[in-house]
Amino acid sequence: MIRNSLKRFAIFMATSIIIFVILTFIINQNIINQYDVRILVLICINIMLALSVNLIVGFTGQFTIGHSAFMAIGAYAAAMLTINLKLPFPLSLLGAGIIAGFIGLLIGIPTLRLKGDYLAITTLGFCQIVVVVIQNIPQLGGAQGLTGIPPKTTFAWTFFTMIVTILVIYNIVHSSQGRAMISIREDEIAAEAMGINSTKYKIMAFVIGAFIAGVAGGLYSHYMMYIEPQSFNFLKSMDFIVYVVLGGLGSIPGCIISTAVLTYLPEGLRGFGDLRMVIYPILLIVIMILNAKGISPSKLFKRKSKGRDKDAIA
Amino acid sequence: MPLLEVRNLTIRFEGLIAVSDFSITMGEHELVGLIGPNGAGKTTIFNMLTGVRTPTEGIIQFAGEDITRIKPYQITKKRMARTFQNIRLFKDVSVLDNVKISFNFRVKYNLFHSIFRLPKFFREEEEIEEKAINILKIFRLDNKKHEMAANLSYGEQRRLEIARALAASPKLLLLDEPAAGMNPQETQELTELIKWVKNEYKISILLIEHDMKLVMNLCERIVVLDYGKKIAEGTPEEIKANKQVIKAYLGDDADA
Amino acid sequence: MEFLQQVINGLALGSVYALIAIGYTMVYGIIGLINFAHGDIYMMGAFFGFFAASKFNLPFIPTLAIGMICAAVLGVAIEKIAYKPLRNSPKLSLLITAIGMSLLLENGSRLDFIFGPDYRTYPSNLLPSQIIKIGALRLDSLHLIIILISILLAALLQIIVFRTKVGKAMRATSFDKDAAALMGINIDNIISITFAIGSALAGAAGVLVGILYSRIDPYMGIMPGLKAFIAAVLGGIGIIPGAVLGGIIMGIAETFTKVYISSKLSDAIAFAILIVILLIKPSGLLGKKSNVKV
Repeated sequence: MIRNSLKRFAIFMATSIIIFVILTFIINQNIINQYDVRILVLICINIMLALSVNLIVGFTGQFTIGHSAFMAIGAYAAAMLTINLKLPFPLSLLGAGIIAGFIGLLIGIPTLRLKGDYLAITTLGFCQIVVVVIQNIPQLGGAQGLTGIPPKTTFAWTFFTMIVTILVIYNIVHSSQGRAMISIREDEIAAEAMGINSTKYKIMAFVIGAFIAGVAGGLYSHYMMYIEPQSFNFLKSMDFIVYVVLGGLGSIPGCIISTAVLTYLPEGLRGFGDLRMVIYPILLIVIMILNAKGISPSKLFKRKSKGRDKDAIA
Repeated sequence: MPLLEVRNLTIRFEGLIAVSDFSITMGEHELVGLIGPNGAGKTTIFNMLTGVRTPTEGIIQFAGEDITRIKPYQITKKRMARTFQNIRLFKDVSVLDNVKISFNFRVKYNLFHSIFRLPKFFREEEEIEEKAINILKIFRLDNKKHEMAANLSYGEQRRLEIARALAASPKLLLLDEPAAGMNPQETQELTELIKWVKNEYKISILLIEHDMKLVMNLCERIVVLDYGKKIAEGTPEEIKANKQVIKAYLGDDADA
Repeated sequence: MEFLQQVINGLALGSVYALIAIGYTMVYGIIGLINFAHGDIYMMGAFFGFFAASKFNLPFIPTLAIGMICAAVLGVAIEKIAYKPLRNSPKLSLLITAIGMSLLLENGSRLDFIFGPDYRTYPSNLLPSQIIKIGALRLDSLHLIIILISILLAALLQIIVFRTKVGKAMRATSFDKDAAALMGINIDNIISITFAIGSALAGAAGVLVGILYSRIDPYMGIMPGLKAFIAAVLGGIGIIPGAVLGGIIMGIAETFTKVYISSKLSDAIAFAILIVILLIKPSGLLGKKSNVKV
């Protein structure tokens, strides 16, 4: 078991390092322009966020559609830590994650008792409240936003944190805690009957998701150098939901690929000007309808085992 | 001290009294059947025993502890496990993982060990894997251990339900219509399996069933329920001869 | 006195929310979907009415009728095109499609060849806006008319739902879709009718708001849509009287917050109400707890 596990880990790390080296080379040689580097950075950040949402929605089956609130909390917290407390960047990121995770705990405890649609609406409401609260705090820049955030985030930072996130999510999912979360998604009553404290694991998934989103938010604010509350509203949360659903709920590789593609898409559509924000939802609706009829890219990644158990540990 | 002591259990849903004044005592290593017409309240009693529903009145004591109002997962931790009338397997999860989940509440490694893949994680995971496969072997499901539970045949799914509950190492196992939908041969195999499990694991089993052949062959004692009330209790012979039972239930039975 | 006047203001706003909320609750009751595009149907109703009034100089009642009818047609079309194919899909997929539809309506309206991004101003001659004096009370006739029309429409709805065959079919379908189908009810038609009625009411709300506040723009549906949705949840999602009750409470709460606390917080109060109701009684004020069979 350990041997298999080490083998997989080695292959993953080797592939990641190779990809990183290639991408860094391309960036440094200016083969792609600054604009495309930005897309790469955003892809890494979005993958972290999508995976964090996937843990809660895809693996634990809890409808959270307000997750951008934690990204916002992390973005602003990290900025404050760097600007006001003059903390070194890694500590700011860690702090951002911890603060976001803590708030996730506070929110999660009362709301994760709710099911399905009700949970969805509550998380949506929470997200909007966070936006309104930030807008009304002058020290955070209010509705005009916060400027002057030092540009600490580099491509290396985002890539590295993304890799760590993938590893963490994978390790959690393929463990007894992960099995508990998946069992809650499948049938919460049966899970409880088998001794699983479903509230504990829902909160666990939620808090971990909030932490990761907080760190991603911190990376985001130190890349954009300027953040404003409305960019973290529920539309942002819906972006992540879309990445996760289209990548296949509960599929890590599917999620990574769908996020990469869908992060690029609006940028790629930039040439269409105003039509872009019309084409994007049309595409979305079309994809959802095709998905329903069984035609879907996520099916390619859906792990239907044929002999070898891809869900087993190590 | 009896293993299970239930006294005056009653539950009311808005106007309807589903179960009224139900009492039962079970010792260790007993095999008791709970029978009665559809809608008599048998599954509701299971739901109350396992904490899914809270009784309006009455007390449930398990191994000396009052478990009347505690949560389902806490009851499972106290070593009472159940299967469901309508199979509730984790469909999109492998057969092996379905069984592994029942080991969760005894796992000693925490999230930290999982994330950083410490030796403790690997040690316990190997133990769980071994124990889970052993249970699957008993239920002749080990060759399907990597199949998704949804892809199993109906009989295999029923067996997996029982295997999963057994993996929780219960002292008392509640089986809710384990033979539903099975043909006579499968039922016969199941009867042997349940007998074997009871003796090998030295547990008590409380069984809801409609298949009279299985009940009469298997159970040492039978409790009969009708309209939420206990109308008879005794050995299979006593129950077969009980006029009230015949009137309420056995008279229509095709299997007896 | 000031208090009573604010109550009337709140009731007027609340009637608008109620009209929109009814649509949300009817659709949720029948297919379990939170139609995120509903707030945008309200917006489209406002625009349809605007063109009827300004381009064709129609008076109030035809304007209202056109707003309602066009909104109804739009609602039915959206259901047939985007929601029907996903009727048997997981809820999350439907939710995403609804959100996509909402974005499409908003951004599509902003296109120059549709409505354009600028706000429009309703002609001011549609309804009389006079101050009516009752004792020390000074009430705006506009508010009173809006409340009256909402009551009328809601009463009409009650008649349809409880006194007609179609209404009976709608109620049956919302209880148990499959059983209703087995009884010979054409589910597709019933769903379309539900969308039509809900959208018509939202369209009416749009026209009324256009007259009340004069300015309309493609994004005007977002906040009222969200608030009306909260109203529906507050009253008990799926329950029509609940939507009305919820709408009125939301309208009064928002008005009072704007006047007596701070106008900046008036939006936040809506979400606070949502969180509170979901934590205390998620089934809503008029809702019943549902028992899951195990």
